[in-house]
Amino acid sequence: MILAHAVTQTGNGFLSPTGVEIAFLLVGIATLAAAVLTVTTRQLVHAALWLVVALGGLAVEYLLLTAEFIAWVQVLIYVGSVVVLLLFGLMLTKAPIGRSADADSGNRPAALVVAAASATALVWVVVDAFRTTWIDLEGPAQGSTRVSGEILFRHWVLPFEALSVLLLAALVGAIVLSRKSPQDREGKN
Amino acid sequence: MNDALDVALRLLAVFAVFLVLPLVIGQTEHKVMAHMQGRLGPMYAGGFHGWAQLVADGVKFAQKEDVVPAAADRRVFQLAPAVALLPYLLVLVAIPIGPSEGAVGIIVDAGIFFVLAVMGVGVLGSLMAGWASANKFSLLGALRTAAQLLAYELPMLLAAASVAMAAGTVSLPGILNAFEWWWLPWQIVGALVFFVAGLAELQRPPFDMPVADSEIIFGAYTEYTGLRFALFLLAEYAGIVVLCGLTTVLFLGGWHGPFGADGLGWLWTLLKTAVLAFIVIWLRVTYPRLREDQLQRLAWTTLVPLALAQIALTGVVKVVMQS
Repeated sequence: MILAHAVTQTGNGFLSPTGVEIAFLLVGIATLAAAVLTVTTRQLVHAALWLVVALGGLAVEYLLLTAEFIAWVQVLIYVGSVVVLLLFGLMLTKAPIGRSADADSGNRPAALVVAAASATALVWVVVDAFRTTWIDLEGPAQGSTRVSGEILFRHWVLPFEALSVLLLAALVGAIVLSRKSPQDREGKN
Repeated sequence: MNDALDVALRLLAVFAVFLVLPLVIGQTEHKVMAHMQGRLGPMYAGGFHGWAQLVADGVKFAQKEDVVPAAADRRVFQLAPAVALLPYLLVLVAIPIGPSEGAVGIIVDAGIFFVLAVMGVGVLGSLMAGWASANKFSLLGALRTAAQLLAYELPMLLAAASVAMAAGTVSLPGILNAFEWWWLPWQIVGALVFFVAGLAELQRPPFDMPVADSEIIFGAYTEYTGLRFALFLLAEYAGIVVLCGLTTVLFLGGWHGPFGADGLGWLWTLLKTAVLAFIVIWLRVTYPRLREDQLQRLAWTTLVPLALAQIALTGVVKVVMQS
């Protein structure tokens, strides 16, 4: 999108990037570095904190792509809630300060292969899907809250509802799984 | 050039507010608490009714040694106060205080989301502090902080969503432009839910289990001294400013008032914020501390259903008015 922006607005080519493109690239590199640190650090809580940096970097990328609404929702849901839950879980179990020798897994090569494969698949699918899509820059910004809302509830309302039903099912399932039946409770007492 | 100067001036003004208002609220807390408990409070520093007490406290904090426990995770320990404090500064930038163009730091399109998202980041500061201190009390405090988040996050978002539905926008100045006086009774339940959930987010009494001094010393901040401890305290008072300002903007009509709306709107905003801040202090000296499970019960059996009912009411009134 940024590239299209540059081409139509200022006529800049691939080799003379605009300031936004450079910022996008730099933040992207920082985000990638934080993500790599998340999976390579030997300190459990540090991994969660690097994840905060990676997710925050992603939010900045959204901002640079003018998708303001998505950026703030990203911060709200992932940094504000998911990571806090993750830290909560880590602290509840065992979160030693310093390196954990057993934080390394023997599955490392397999994990690397899976990660590379899924990254390739994702990049390929996204590039292939949006290769011929051109964004009209004359209209209102494509990432503002109003536009996102209209697109979501006009064009994508069925997937949206399907997703919400799926989430609801997951929620109910989690409650059912975590609820103890009366016999269990008597057995334990 | 003019634009850059304009932005710089605004940010400077927001920064000044960020430095002054928390101190004013802190001093008010000293005095209000004292008078509610039949004492005088600080009387000597600065002469008139001890107005310089907090300045003196600040000087004292700055002089203290900055201790990092030997077993602590040094970098995370030192970073935590900044993570706790900065989000409130960022939020303050987006809160409008008057109707004119210049009365807000920066107009954010998705204002409500920006404000709630950035406020949520502040919790990470407490968690980092609690974990990195290598202290059991600190860890307990951090655990309670995280558990508390499960209680207040949802009702707070739902209550804010109700206002956004009523106004048809998520931008804070946009909400205030759409405000009518009868929104006050219409959204009053949402306002109460938002305010109570906000108190839980700030860890103010009666929801101060994460720092309960009679149980776990001072929770996540037990090991902190000097300036870093002062930063945590400042974060708490800045949080009060932000919460009261937000409640004012979202539910109490911000700069709208019964008279004097032209030119004096910002005074209404400040007045409403001050009254709310007084209520926050009042609650501190009035209510005993809840337990963490009592807060969960309050949130999930009272606040969430109330917030959902408020959203339903907002939706119904909205549809009836349009037809």
